Amino acid sequence: MSKPEILFYLSVFLLITGLLIVFTKKNAIVILMGIELILNAANLNLVAFNYNRPELDGQLMALFIILVAVCEAAVGIAILLKMYHYYRTTIPDHISELKEKW
Amino acid sequence: MIVLEGMFYGFVASCVLGAFAIIVFRNLVYNALGLLVCLVSVAGLYGLLHAEFLAATQLMIYAGGVLVLILFGIILTNRVAGKKWEVGSRHWVAGTLVTLGIGYLLIRAYRPADFGLNTPGPVADKQARQVGQLLMSDYVAPFEVSGIVLLVCLVGAALAASAYKKSI
Repeated sequence: MSKPEILFYLSVFLLITGLLIVFTKKNAIVILMGIELILNAANLNLVAFNYNRPELDGQLMALFIILVAVCEAAVGIAILLKMYHYYRTTIPDHISELKEKW
Repeated sequence: MIVLEGMFYGFVASCVLGAFAIIVFRNLVYNALGLLVCLVSVAGLYGLLHAEFLAATQLMIYAGGVLVLILFGIILTNRVAGKKWEVGSRHWVAGTLVTLGIGYLLIRAYRPADFGLNTPGPVADKQARQVGQLLMSDYVAPFEVSGIVLLVCLVGAALAASAYKKSI
């Protein structure tokens, strides 16, 4: 197998690992880690498909995906901190109410 | 050359191991360390595929920025003294079945040979220089827009996480 093909299978593995983390873990921070893994799988796929081409548009696409992932992580952690401040937990299963509690 | 081949397979193996560590361990800090191993080995793979600029970006932003952010999140949201930083999991069987099904579909649907992944083509040299020139010429509009996105996201995150009274 050539290098890009191995990286294709590695990105499939990272994608399904990230999905498994999002499905099974309870804590919201670990769910954020799973989302980072999924975005990394997309980046790895773009770079692998860009390897044999003289143009570099795949790499630039991956660059902008990294940027959006950073924004997502920052806003996600901020929302998590607010959620912990308000509900005293970071486990989404424990937050099952829509009504304000006063 | 044989050293580079060995490094390639070593990075692939450490990436797989890091991803497994996130699934297997229950401790939150071990999960973050597994994510660190995974991200650093992905950066090494970028470097070995001649995407040097992307490798440096991955190291600085992911391993330097996002991971510190996640560690801060762990420390700030689990501050009950004496309690272990542990997290459970549920729905193991259903989750494993669904994700294995998705992986099988992906591998069956996209045969890499159809996209010319196996045929070696010309690999562009001096890719970091080319990426810089493209960012300043063809991709200058997304580059500027991404600056605005970063600014808005920073201000929004700071406002959402601060103790500003009217923001609730």
